[in-house]
Amino acid sequence: MNIDQFNTEASRYAVRVDETFWILTTLSAVIVILLVTLIVVFMVRYRRGSPAPRGELPNILKHEIEIGWTVATFFLFMFFFWWAGVEILNADSPPAHALEIHVVAKQWMFRFQQPSGAREIDELHVPVNTPIRLSLTSEDVIHDLFIPALRIKKDILPDRYTYLWFTADKTGVFHMSCNQFCGTNHSLMGGQMDIVSKQDYGRWTSAQPEGDDLAHQGEKLFHTVGCSGCHDSPSSTIHAPDLHNIFGRLVQLTDGRVVKADEAYLRDKILLPNKDIPAGYAPDMPSFRGVLNEGQIVSLIAYLKSLTTSPNVEGARP
Amino acid sequence: MTDITLPFAPVQETGQASYLDEGHTLLSWLTTHDHKRIAILYAISITLAFFIASVAIALVRLELLEPNGLFLSSDAYNRLFTLHGIVMVWFFLVPSIPATMGNFLLPMMIGAHDVAFPRLNLLSWYLYVIGAIFTIYVIISGGVDTGWTFYPPFSTGFANGHVVTAAAGVFVVGFSSIATGVNFITTTHMLRAPGMTWFRLPLFVWSMYAVSLVMVLATPVLTMSLLLIIAERAFGLPIFDAAQGGDPLLFQHLFWFYSHPAVYIMILPAMGVVSEIFACFARRQVFGYAFMVYAMLSIAVIGFMVWGHHMFVAGQSELADLVFSFLTFIVAVPSAIKVFNWTATLYRGQISFEAPMLYALGFLGLFTIGGLTGLYLASIPIDIQAHDTYFVVAHFHFIMVGASVSAFMAGIHFWWPKVTGRLYHEFWAQFAAITMFLGFNMTFFPQFIMGWEGMPRRYHYYPAVFQIWHVLSTAGASVLAVAYIMPLIYLTWSLRSGERAGDNPWQATGLEWQTTSPPPKRNFERQPVVTEPPYMYHETGHPRSPDDSRPVKPQGNAS
Repeated sequence: MNIDQFNTEASRYAVRVDETFWILTTLSAVIVILLVTLIVVFMVRYRRGSPAPRGELPNILKHEIEIGWTVATFFLFMFFFWWAGVEILNADSPPAHALEIHVVAKQWMFRFQQPSGAREIDELHVPVNTPIRLSLTSEDVIHDLFIPALRIKKDILPDRYTYLWFTADKTGVFHMSCNQFCGTNHSLMGGQMDIVSKQDYGRWTSAQPEGDDLAHQGEKLFHTVGCSGCHDSPSSTIHAPDLHNIFGRLVQLTDGRVVKADEAYLRDKILLPNKDIPAGYAPDMPSFRGVLNEGQIVSLIAYLKSLTTSPNVEGARP
Repeated sequence: MTDITLPFAPVQETGQASYLDEGHTLLSWLTTHDHKRIAILYAISITLAFFIASVAIALVRLELLEPNGLFLSSDAYNRLFTLHGIVMVWFFLVPSIPATMGNFLLPMMIGAHDVAFPRLNLLSWYLYVIGAIFTIYVIISGGVDTGWTFYPPFSTGFANGHVVTAAAGVFVVGFSSIATGVNFITTTHMLRAPGMTWFRLPLFVWSMYAVSLVMVLATPVLTMSLLLIIAERAFGLPIFDAAQGGDPLLFQHLFWFYSHPAVYIMILPAMGVVSEIFACFARRQVFGYAFMVYAMLSIAVIGFMVWGHHMFVAGQSELADLVFSFLTFIVAVPSAIKVFNWTATLYRGQISFEAPMLYALGFLGLFTIGGLTGLYLASIPIDIQAHDTYFVVAHFHFIMVGASVSAFMAGIHFWWPKVTGRLYHEFWAQFAAITMFLGFNMTFFPQFIMGWEGMPRRYHYYPAVFQIWHVLSTAGASVLAVAYIMPLIYLTWSLRSGERAGDNPWQATGLEWQTTSPPPKRNFERQPVVTEPPYMYHETGHPRSPDDSRPVKPQGNAS
């Protein structure tokens, strides 16, 4: 393992973070040097019994200077807040066509599910120069996925989705780790990210054991666990919503609120169906908690997303 | 039996017995209501806590010499750093300056005979001891592995240590903080000597007042959140369990609502201590007294509104991130002002470099670096990279250990003659002060570097590329250990063999110096009357004169 796996700037974003870091470091160094110089000069010049003249402070040094450095510090800090804030606002919206990879964390491993259906443990292949969106969830405690070379990290919570996105612009093998204390083997939880060229990624994908992609796996589940009995059957006596084009749509709820049917909402509907009932439907659906594991939920949601054909759907935001 | 009522209380012209001679039995100490004796009880207890927590982290640092570990299991490692955090934060740093120097000096500085509620004061120490007994039980029975932060669902459902007992210990010790806070606020309001107006209060008293506000308002939130953890772990109430509709992030909000202000609980008293010392050893008034007061109060207030900067990667909304980032930059302004003011206090002074001043100068340097790196963590993109890495570890150690412990040591040396009546050994003290500064930087500066490169905290095994920084850090820690043990030796030695100090060896102006050293039980022989603002050292800069040829103007006459 070498340090390049950590400090390479593997994306545009990483370069900008480092720029911000170095600007702040330069600024801090200037402040520290200024202060230390002043302190040392005072220590030497005004040491006890030195011949340097003392006396009353000139008036200018009493209030004006105090107000002066208060205001200066305030504006300097505000400038930096603005600088760093803009950085994060620019960075925080993944494009709609981003390649979506699902990450399920558990003590003490990461499981990755590619859109092609390929699964990996503690290793993740991604194509270079392609926006990638990771959607993260945990099966037990809070974990955190940290990819130093991309300067990104995000906590991974149970029963909730969080997201990370990036566009890597360098190929190579980089380090990933769990960054939120999660128990005995916390320090062994991690792995490597292989950023490969698009051709290599294609080759790698096709070399994976033959299998369905996520959406097709989800479609099978949709029939085998029984969703289709109500949601996809014209003859069903149960009044259940049609799920075509559900993803990304605004849903009117019984209590009058309107929510967007994003991943978190769909997941809740599968596990906690009686929460947030859509207007016009009865709370008839059973919970699938304990029936489906995190990976299966991910496939089901991928299937529901594939049923969405409307072109204007934007990617769900955290 | 007849009582004779005299029209005037007789003035005792002869020197009274010092508080140390009021009783020599163990019982006389354990039942004392004297704020000075309670301060000593606290000082002994927190010193023990400090060394217990230090041993824990010494083992951790040794273990980290090798990327694959030397002698600990992962569980043992996790338990040791958790123990270090819990004991250092709640049993050393939070009570450190307030419960020792605050207890000893706050009443004396405002010309009072004791704190407002002496019995409550003693109770607070007993609460501390009960909390400590819980914690010692945890240590003996095998420890706890949640980290000092107790995050659910790990702490409530998955951790296999004594979470409930550990949380109960912290729960109890919280009440000790609250009792101290209530006591200090009341004392400052009610017991100031005639003439001691608010803007004549020494800055140390202001710092105690500010810190007491934070203790009284923030600690109950911690108490409550730990109770919820206990309720979920022991009785299965699904408060933070997302699978049953709870919210694990709720705990993080509650926890940091206390624990960020807790950082100010640890640093505000340090600011108070060094303000006294800079003024005394530079023989100048503290520059910008009023600004210093407002800065401390605004830190205490704004400190309550910045907790969300601990959660930039936890999945809170972007808007929340920005608001907390903004407020964090704001709270840094008054801290910066204080650094400038201390520096300006040195200007045109008559600076001498006895140990308290060396420690205080060390504080200034370490606090500046700790404060500036706080700005890094307030900037969201930088915090995302640095979050939960050694960068953060280094940052908060610069503030909570570098700055706070330096100030604690500065205060111990400065008031040692007041407390014991003896002088410490100057050479060894100066040597220890410099060693501590160097050892500290050597321990924690490498952690900034490896943290920024991506070394996560709380890691037992780590990538070998970081070994060089870990070795440096451990080497620094051994220097630091020497620097921490030295004062224990020469200060203990001075208790018996130190030179007699005289009442006011530093020729300081504070009221606490206008009585005998060590002070009598009731602090002053007469009610002091305050006639001057604090820090009336020579306006035009005269050095401290050993023969009292140019006496300073004390705040009031007390003897």
